[in-house]
Amino acid sequence: MSELQHKVIVGLEIHVQLCTKSKMFCGCAAEFGAEPNSRVCPVCLGMPGVLPVMNKQAFEYAVLVGLALNCRIAAFTKWDRKSYYYPDLPKNYQISQYDLPLSTNGYIEIPLESGRTKKVRITRAHLEEDAGKNLHTAGDFSQVDLNRTGTPLLEIVTEPDMSSGAEVRALAAELQRMVRFLGVSEADMQKGHMRFEPNINLVITKDGRQYKTPIVEIKNLNSFRALERSVDYEEQRQLDEFLETGEVMEMGNKTTRGWDDEREVTVLQREKEEAHDYRYFPEPDLVPVELTDAWLEEIRGRLCELPIKKQIRFVEQYKLSDYDAGVLTADRSTAEFFDEVVKAGGDPKRACNWVTQDGLRLAKERGCRVDELGISPQQVAELTNMIVMGDVSATAATAISDIMVTSPDLSARRIAEEHNLIQKSDADELEAIVDQVIAANPNAVEDVTSGGKKSKKARGFLLGQVMQKTRGQANPKVVSEILAKKLG
Amino acid sequence: MAKKIDQAQVRKVAKLSRLELTEAEVEEFTGQLRAILDYVEKMNELDTTNVEPLAHCLPLSNVFRQDRVKESLGTEKTLGNAPQRDGEFFKVPKILDDSSGA
Amino acid sequence: MVTEELSARQLRDRIAAGQITSVEAAEAVFKRIEELEPVIGAYISTYHDRALETAADVDRRLIAGEPVGRLAGVPVAVKDNMCTTFGATTCASKILENFHAPYNATVVEKLLAADAVIVGKTNMDEFAMGSSTENSGLKQTVNPWDTTRVPGGSSGGSAAAVAARLCFAALGSDTGGSIRQPAGFCGVVGLKPTYGRVSRFGLVAYGSSLDQIGPVTRTVADSALMMNVIAGHDPADSTSVDEAAAPVCDYLEKLNEPLKKLKIAIVPEFGAGADEQVQKAMTEAIDVYKKLGAQIVEIDMPHLDYAIAAYYIIATAEASSNLARYDGVHYGHRSEKATDYVEVYSKSRAEAFGKEVKRRIMLGTYALSSGYYDAYYLKALKVRNLIRGDFTSAFEKCDCIMMPVSPTVAFKIGEKIDDPLQMYLSDIYTIAANLAGVPGISVPCGFDQNNLPIGLQILAPAFAEDKLLAIARMFEKETDWHTKMPAIIT
Ligand SMILES: [Mg+2]
Ligand SMILES: [Zn+2]
Repeated sequence: MSELQHKVIVGLEIHVQLCTKSKMFCGCAAEFGAEPNSRVCPVCLGMPGVLPVMNKQAFEYAVLVGLALNCRIAAFTKWDRKSYYYPDLPKNYQISQYDLPLSTNGYIEIPLESGRTKKVRITRAHLEEDAGKNLHTAGDFSQVDLNRTGTPLLEIVTEPDMSSGAEVRALAAELQRMVRFLGVSEADMQKGHMRFEPNINLVITKDGRQYKTPIVEIKNLNSFRALERSVDYEEQRQLDEFLETGEVMEMGNKTTRGWDDEREVTVLQREKEEAHDYRYFPEPDLVPVELTDAWLEEIRGRLCELPIKKQIRFVEQYKLSDYDAGVLTADRSTAEFFDEVVKAGGDPKRACNWVTQDGLRLAKERGCRVDELGISPQQVAELTNMIVMGDVSATAATAISDIMVTSPDLSARRIAEEHNLIQKSDADELEAIVDQVIAANPNAVEDVTSGGKKSKKARGFLLGQVMQKTRGQANPKVVSEILAKKLG
Repeated sequence: MAKKIDQAQVRKVAKLSRLELTEAEVEEFTGQLRAILDYVEKMNELDTTNVEPLAHCLPLSNVFRQDRVKESLGTEKTLGNAPQRDGEFFKVPKILDDSSGA
Repeated sequence: MVTEELSARQLRDRIAAGQITSVEAAEAVFKRIEELEPVIGAYISTYHDRALETAADVDRRLIAGEPVGRLAGVPVAVKDNMCTTFGATTCASKILENFHAPYNATVVEKLLAADAVIVGKTNMDEFAMGSSTENSGLKQTVNPWDTTRVPGGSSGGSAAAVAARLCFAALGSDTGGSIRQPAGFCGVVGLKPTYGRVSRFGLVAYGSSLDQIGPVTRTVADSALMMNVIAGHDPADSTSVDEAAAPVCDYLEKLNEPLKKLKIAIVPEFGAGADEQVQKAMTEAIDVYKKLGAQIVEIDMPHLDYAIAAYYIIATAEASSNLARYDGVHYGHRSEKATDYVEVYSKSRAEAFGKEVKRRIMLGTYALSSGYYDAYYLKALKVRNLIRGDFTSAFEKCDCIMMPVSPTVAFKIGEKIDDPLQMYLSDIYTIAANLAGVPGISVPCGFDQNNLPIGLQILAPAFAEDKLLAIARMFEKETDWHTKMPAIIT
């Protein structure tokens, strides 16, 4: 038996569509679901004589992501043409960036299952235009829709720093959360707002020697699940292939495989036979961008606390579980609403419970965000403190929240009072009622004091009697304590 | 210096350029391109070691447009010059490979 | 009366004064087109009905006392590489023979806003690639001075149309001399403005960093008049210069401003390659300026000899990319023989592009392809910088540089068509201005022994079109070359 070890190495090429109102070089609306070829003008149709003019918002969004990715932002950047022929690319060149990309040398911090984080290096991130769409479902021909042509894209290239499908998925999710936080992309993978192309190979140690398998690039991934599965699948496939053929990485033996979502396998893609020769050269129709320090700082001012930082802070500062902090920071408005509740004096743990349970439930029912429910962070803070003080039960709090949505002007306490949802926690008052109940139920008291298997049930019965007498307003915790004191 | 352009290179460049050439054209272009490139190599008489490449004469930078939506052409005008269409789409022979490169 | 002597400006003034109607002017032009166009072949398309409607509207507005534009009622022509919503925009190529642009080029919008009457769209070398208009994929244009000769190119149709009085003024485009050289060959005035002065939006691109639209006219004043209409910043063209950085002035107004202590540079070594007759005309032209008090300085521009080499790499590299869009997918010619989508590209392009276009696409693709980029394209950009440096230092010593437009007069049709390199070499004097982005003008300065026009080229610093036109006007005032007419029209 020869000794065999292997490690999978993954780098990502990522395209993120920026959510500007108009396209990158023309005024066509950058929107989805429109009728085919209805969001097209001479510029994005690449008609003779047209010229591109850069969308400032797209540029600034790209800078913003570059900053969030801890990149070095170029003070001078320019555009290049990348040539290749494809029917969804009307000019047969893409305006992109080649030798002077907007951002370089950054990193993204991703959460690992262990609860720790990992830094994945970012090689570069540059701005470019998207192509249209070729559809192959109509019959023995293909259809071309140019609505997407010219939409701004951020291409992000990572170093091959990931070593499992789970890590790749974590990066994808983190990046999605980040760009959504920054408000620069809808980042919906199903809609193609985010596209991931992993480059995968293995380092195999066999009989003390190291081998690298040929790099495989995977396309057509349209979910995080597919992304993760494809990496795991490739890991095994490449190992098997190596054992069978012994082929190792060389110049020019990189291949492209497509992900078959139904069969959950990668399939070798047919590519045009000639090697890629993109013939990059400076785009003569656009002028360079010089990013002054003042402008860069202005854009930096639009950065927010990034989700991973928020998540870590919520755990450390508010002692939340990593899971809860993750749920809160899945979305910027939710995380910020939670932060506001705590700032308004709310109890962090209760506030987290409220936001992740009642808040998100109500938001889902209404199809809005938590901060759009009409419930202020102050109201929620008051409610969480009422729970802590024992003034209301968790059940009552949910009822109060439901009422707050429709009566946003009323405070939590007022709602609780009007609807008789305040708990009786006054020990003296409750003790008198407990005494009455004990007197009226000697059998049950007998069961409790004698112990045995009937004891627990009888204790519950007595508690129920107290609750009934107080019309549910007694604080069950306090009643239990009194019962215990009296009956042992 | 680069070796003189030959027919194989001309064929390769024609493929990159998406130009189907006849044998006669390959031969003709090889000779003509060779003569032109011979002439062009005159540039090597100049020492350009410390010269910056100049892609553009303009003293311009930072030309932008605001992110505002303007009306598009509409599907009919967009497809108005299409050699072939299928409903609201441009129509091309079936694409079997994947050469997309965005 | 609409006579051959009338310039565009004079016609405009007479129309404004009510001495001639716009309709009369348009009809006179169409009558001449009917007579001469079958011989000259200047136009790819003409718009008789449309032109007369515009003319009638101008007349009506003049009578009603409504305001009219700066070119009200003047019949003009537009090179067929500028997009118009009327008619086809062909670039003289079979690939765009039936292409109907859904938008107007900015310059066309400006002409229309100035109430010019667009008569037609002129012939050219296919995609502006050529120096003789023989590369048109659609028709042959001849030189009005000698119909066995070329009109020059690539704006040969515009120059021939103006020379033969088939319009009063025209627009051309100049990537390496394509306005100045045909103007020189046809005995008219051709101005290539500074790169960035006139919007390129809607100009079908050939060499994007070199292309510039400019006027072809009978007189220098007409050139100034046309510049008043077309110059200026365009937000649709990122490479058009902001007027705050380089203000546009009233070129007509500044035309006759006296130029004191004019310093003219000549480049003796460089000019020495021209034909004897061309050199003689040049010397005489310089003498005219000397008599006017100009000082002549001899300078050396050591890198001009490399301009053709750098140009034919840069222009073709850009062209190879600019012309990639003509693929038969979204518009333009599609081969009926294509069986898969790759053949849609390669067969459509093979069938519809002419030889010169193919040659330049091949050359440019080669220059950009992996392994050759540094040796050709990058090298050419560096040489371009050296050439620009030559101009920068030259303009420290002079107001303008003078040299021939072309080493020869108009050559015979077919004479150079089979030797592309020889054809390229004839652009020797015009190309450097495009590489450096500076403006240049061609004005008639004499005739050779066969009565073929010779052009004087004047080059000025960037954005000094006002000065350039004034210098040209000085010469025009002292000479009568621009009043000569080809025999064919009289
Ligand atoms: Mg890309
Ligand atoms: Zn558009």
